[in-house]
Amino acid sequence: MQRGAGVMTPTTRLSREQLLDMSYYLALTRSLEERLVNLYRQGKVIGGLYRSLGQEGESVASAYALEPGDVLSPLIRNLGSMLVMGAKPVEILRQYMAKETSPTGGREMNLHFNDLGLGYLGQISPLGDMISVMAGICLSFKVRDESRVGLVYIGDGGTSTGAFHEGVNFAAVQRLPLVVIVEHNGYAYSTPTSDQTATPRLVTKAKAYGIPGITIDGNDVLVVYEATRDAVEKARAGAGTFMIEVVTYRRKGHAEHDDQRYQPKEEIAEWAEHNDPIDRYTATLLEQEWVTRAELDDIARRVSTELNQAVEECENDPLPDGATALSRAYARPPQVEPLWFRRLDG
Amino acid sequence: MAEVTYLEALRQGLWEEMERDEEVFLLGEDVGRYGGAFKVTEGFQDRFGERRVIDTPISEAAIVGAAAGAAHMGMRPVVEMQFMDFIACAYDMLTNYVATARYRAGLSTPIVVRGPSGGYVRGGPFHSQNPEAGFFHTPGLKLVCPATVRDAKGLIKAAIRDDDPVIYFEHKYLYRRLKDDLGEDEEIITPIGKARIAREGTDLTIITWSAMVWKSLDAAQTIEKEDGASVEVLDLRTLLPMDDDAIMASVRKTNKVLIVHEDSRTGGVAGEITARINETAFEWLDGPIMRVTAHDTPVPYAPTLEDCVLPQTEDIVRSARWLLAY
Repeated sequence: MQRGAGVMTPTTRLSREQLLDMSYYLALTRSLEERLVNLYRQGKVIGGLYRSLGQEGESVASAYALEPGDVLSPLIRNLGSMLVMGAKPVEILRQYMAKETSPTGGREMNLHFNDLGLGYLGQISPLGDMISVMAGICLSFKVRDESRVGLVYIGDGGTSTGAFHEGVNFAAVQRLPLVVIVEHNGYAYSTPTSDQTATPRLVTKAKAYGIPGITIDGNDVLVVYEATRDAVEKARAGAGTFMIEVVTYRRKGHAEHDDQRYQPKEEIAEWAEHNDPIDRYTATLLEQEWVTRAELDDIARRVSTELNQAVEECENDPLPDGATALSRAYARPPQVEPLWFRRLDG
Repeated sequence: MAEVTYLEALRQGLWEEMERDEEVFLLGEDVGRYGGAFKVTEGFQDRFGERRVIDTPISEAAIVGAAAGAAHMGMRPVVEMQFMDFIACAYDMLTNYVATARYRAGLSTPIVVRGPSGGYVRGGPFHSQNPEAGFFHTPGLKLVCPATVRDAKGLIKAAIRDDDPVIYFEHKYLYRRLKDDLGEDEEIITPIGKARIAREGTDLTIITWSAMVWKSLDAAQTIEKEDGASVEVLDLRTLLPMDDDAIMASVRKTNKVLIVHEDSRTGGVAGEITARINETAFEWLDGPIMRVTAHDTPVPYAPTLEDCVLPQTEDIVRSARWLLAY
């Protein structure tokens, strides 16, 4: 990440280099998922494949608003945020392919891994749980008087959980430096938001917790960056918890197997043609003459080369040895004993 | 030497660990200003401040989740469940998040979740439960159940120092009824995973824990006096990990086993102990492994009803006699 480098562009708090850096992460996110689709079709991805097509903008831009030392917790569609924090494409590829060399040694899938040193804590599948865990991380910042901020993502469906309510309420009442990004992408698996909650605007929930909240265009990269940065700065200054509802759209199914029969084709096409976050961002950068087409072409080439290398580096890595499954359920004892039938002779 | 209660021993353990390690902190409902529903943490906020003794909303799941997050960052949270009956509200967080964290992601989550469990106090269905079996089935957790004043202190200190998540089941009936002398300068730490022979015997082993240790000891004494038989009482102290060696050693010595637990019968921990003995020491048995447990109902309120549902000393005596005669 390019932080604080260069001259700021006139209408943003970002330098030209940083704007290009975000272009790079946007391209990397989309291209990495496209590579994963190829691997999935070849049967090399062991489990499901989850796409963030059309939502890359809010993931990248919100993570980009953090500073070193801050921690975020991504959901399954926040690949972009993890890449910004420093997760490597080869790690993502290895996770999806359950390789021995993956960050979790094949124990967990896709984005479910973490590097607290770099500042990301992978999710678990029950939605909403990460809000209180991130509240706890922010609690450690607060009691240690550290000037650090947490950021956690939750989807429209996730706001229906008890864990969401308990987590946001806990963070709010403890005035913890946590930014909650509510991604309103229209669907939770097949369930439209209108079947999820009776409120049309998810940010109204913020009011109930006594915290500030805003709704923004989630497919406008610069708007997401500015809004998140404002919230992060306020949280860092001790103003407590913030909620940002980012309005976006999930253009692919819940996972790659999902035929999206419940999403009107025209709706998907409309967002794809007129409201793609990367297209919009690129158009703005070029219109404002902040960057050149040649620079963006360079980025595309760089991403392609990097991903070629990443796939090559890990494609033939082995799966983990089965017996490694018996280690690390506990710190002590470090190893689970094989059951008696595995110890029988012959 | 000063005589202290089970509750005071627990307080001492918590206090000493907070003095020793500034990363140890408390969070829970009414634990700060009020000192906890049973006053386990009374005076802690005055001594350690609001940052280390945190009053939370009524949100068991978020309390455990927040403890987990702080633990990832190197802190040592001790969560109080106001009653262990309410730990069910944090079941997802404990089983899906906390218990799996090290295995799936290499995350250290050294939290302690402690609180009062158990009946015999006319507490009704939601202030009397022994929910250990609900967590016994979850790899990644450790479960401890102190029966003595000494272990109330020794196990809380060990739990706080343990690098794995520990659920610490206190018994509210023992809080103020049980007293013992604890050495003043001695550092008391009870190792997790080690059972204790509460009473030596040769003719039958009672395997038990928590408050049932005392009913089992009473029963053993009655049997010795009235029947002349020698009953061993094994206090497991830790349910996860279970001290198989201590169990098998006692089985090989007495050849007869009665398991006594306060929780209800079906799916209770006794079933697992029975299976382990069956797999490991079947040929040492001179009779069936028997159980004395609560009946398979919620714990009712009226004294007559509660006494019917929960195991009583006479139940243990009767079952032990049946088994001794087998």
